[in-house]
Amino acid sequence: MEIVKHDININFIGRRKLAMVFSVLLIVAGIVSLIVKGGPDYGIDFAGGTLIQVKFTDATKAADIKKALKDMDLEGLLVQNFEGGSHEFLLRAQDTSSELEGLAQQIGSHLEKTYGEGSVEIRRVEMVGPQVGKDLRKKGLMAIVFAMIGVLIYITIRFEFKFAVGAIIALVHDVLITLGVFSMFGKEIDLPIIAAFLAIIGYSLNDTIIVYDRIRENSGKEKKEEFPATVNASINETLSRTILTSGTTLLVILALFLFGGGVIHNFAFAMLIGVVVGTYSSIFVASPVLLFWDDYKNRHRKGAPKAS
Amino acid sequence: MSKSIKLRGGVVLFCLALSLLALAPTLFPNSSPGWLKKSFDPLHLGLDLQGGMHLVLGVDVEKAVESRIDGIVDQVETELREKDVIFKRVSRVGNDRLVIVVYDEQAGNQVDAFMEEGGYRNLEPLTLKTEGGYIEKYYRFTSAAVASIKDNAVKQALETLRNRIDQFGVSETVLQRQGSDRILVQLPGVKDPKRAVALLGKTALLEFKLVAENVDAQAAVKGVLPPGTRLLYERHVDSRSGAVTQTPVVVYDKTVLTGDLVSDAQVRIDPRFNEPYVSIDFNAAGAKRFDQITASNIGKRMAIVLDDTVYSAPVIRERISGGSAQISGSFDEQEATDLAIVLRAGSLPAPVTILENRTVGPSLGLDSIHRGVWSVIIGSLAVVLAMGIYYNLAGLVANLALILNLVFIMALLSLFKASLTLPGIGGIVLTLGMAVDANVLIYERIREELRLGKSARNALDAGYSKAFLTIMDANITTLIAALVLFQFGTGPVKGFAVTLSIGIVASLFTAIFVSRVIFDFFLERYQVKRLSI
Repeated sequence: MEIVKHDININFIGRRKLAMVFSVLLIVAGIVSLIVKGGPDYGIDFAGGTLIQVKFTDATKAADIKKALKDMDLEGLLVQNFEGGSHEFLLRAQDTSSELEGLAQQIGSHLEKTYGEGSVEIRRVEMVGPQVGKDLRKKGLMAIVFAMIGVLIYITIRFEFKFAVGAIIALVHDVLITLGVFSMFGKEIDLPIIAAFLAIIGYSLNDTIIVYDRIRENSGKEKKEEFPATVNASINETLSRTILTSGTTLLVILALFLFGGGVIHNFAFAMLIGVVVGTYSSIFVASPVLLFWDDYKNRHRKGAPKAS
Repeated sequence: MSKSIKLRGGVVLFCLALSLLALAPTLFPNSSPGWLKKSFDPLHLGLDLQGGMHLVLGVDVEKAVESRIDGIVDQVETELREKDVIFKRVSRVGNDRLVIVVYDEQAGNQVDAFMEEGGYRNLEPLTLKTEGGYIEKYYRFTSAAVASIKDNAVKQALETLRNRIDQFGVSETVLQRQGSDRILVQLPGVKDPKRAVALLGKTALLEFKLVAENVDAQAAVKGVLPPGTRLLYERHVDSRSGAVTQTPVVVYDKTVLTGDLVSDAQVRIDPRFNEPYVSIDFNAAGAKRFDQITASNIGKRMAIVLDDTVYSAPVIRERISGGSAQISGSFDEQEATDLAIVLRAGSLPAPVTILENRTVGPSLGLDSIHRGVWSVIIGSLAVVLAMGIYYNLAGLVANLALILNLVFIMALLSLFKASLTLPGIGGIVLTLGMAVDANVLIYERIREELRLGKSARNALDAGYSKAFLTIMDANITTLIAALVLFQFGTGPVKGFAVTLSIGIVASLFTAIFVSRVIFDFFLERYQVKRLSI
């Protein structure tokens, strides 16, 4: 079976300016959303705070839970349905308690007062102090930066510097768009999301390198052919692989997204967006950057006064 | 059949057999023979799947420096008195300095000589101030001494916490120092998180102080407190209603005896009221001190103070020379047991605070396992189906490699004793999707070569060799990202990095090596002329 005909020849490179406009629009939309909301919506891992997952034996409503906790005066209390049911809820507050009598226990006993003893089960507690949150944020950022530097070095050694630049621009593009989409959907950034970002970096690179490898191979083969044509041919030759692998990867992530449960839902969501954007960027961003880079170099050389 | 295929086939079968052996204790925990269980641990589950507690405790190291100065103040005071040096007072200033105030220069010189010879080298003299006819001599810990006090405080806290956890009865606990002043505690499968926190976080500083009988407690509450005394509260619990009441008690600042002289602590039941109490035994030095103190203070009250709360303040009726005492302060049996545990394990050198707490209940963990397993099964089925349809028989080969890949990942996880976490399952799912990539690359190459009119054998060889470098480049970069994540990640995220890294390595093996062996085997055995790809 073939999804993509083997002699396909789509003019990807000719549409690179259009693709650039599209990418820039997406990124700008994400950045606008980030600015309007005052930065990324950090989860408790990075902002500090307390998250509690509670299961009730009887169905209840978020408003009722808020009412039951009213006299505790919790700062920024958020109550959300967990996976859309009416028995399980996520409670989030800005407060942290380093005291031994933890916030979770106080909330638990407060809820039991309203809902009756034994009808409230605290299934998960996550409390991150502000200092730890700051440390984790720094670590997360460092992880992404170091991963990019490592990749930059590897690609420079294996290919050329301009390929490394193309790959990194594609990566930044992917992470920025995913971050923007997260902001637009009002989803929180926490530790697993950083893991997802790094997985996206890995995946997007995987895709990019396979196209680059073809470009390298083809430009060695046919010296006479123009570089843009070589790039376009390489993208077309690897197209069926790109679509098939992205397809299988999307299938498994979709399985995780649909059946993996609420705890891992946002992680799967980030991966879903990342894989789509990563596939797009390896075709429409990473390879065109090589051409933009060459154009820039050429113009620079022509513009410079001749030595003689 | 050629030697090379036999050899390579043997390698694959050997890896498979080893993996199945390693996985047997996980898959069949009841029917696996004992020797197997001894050599291979079952797959270790992370706290988010197993349920349990992950705590990061911060040790208040500044407090440790402070209490060390307090200790030195007491010591210096006693020793100066013994040496007949006349001084006005010795006290702590701020958190790391102490001041000795004397009346004249001669006494000042005596103090200088004393500090020089008396083993206080880690205190450096600062400026001296003459004020209102007194000479104030300031001393401060050297920065090396401060660093070592802080370091020791964390080490000692780690030791104490380990003692307490050992008596708590949870297996496979993790206790690790993190950075300069943090301690990571992991308690898998802990049933009562509230109790665990109380037990770990209690400073458990036990002090015996004499009650200042002549001071009016009511006046002290209003703020009138003579120097050298301190206001504490005595705790009472009504055994029927459970209501807690507090009565003010004024005690002398000076601690006559501390908990580090305790050699053992046990829970006993008082037969009169049927109430539990904690009986403590002092070591030899403690017993001697206790004997002296009780002998010289008959008729006075002595307060038993734990973490600044008075548990009881009985009147000393007679000299006690047996070296044992009891703390009775209306608690229930659980509280008494935990109090005995912390007294046996020793006090923390400085208070600890909870900086991070992640607790997952066992029911949620079980839920996560079920869902994780389901998404792995559904995801693999989807990929297997897609590959089968797209590449026919060659797709089956890739699928076989995929299933082997899953077996190898699980086996490597249990061999490395790495924990499987929920993001880790996410990592496995992701690897499955990406693992077929190598086969896709190879197959697309083979199709290209076949279109050029090459024979099955030649197309296969060319496909594998041309795709090889591309596959390596693509996977090594992903591996770089995974290793960075491993370096910076904590807990569950680390689990993701581990499964992703292991997955990449395993998939390279299955997609390149294993699938090739299968192809070579069929090509040679059945003299296949046309590839079903």
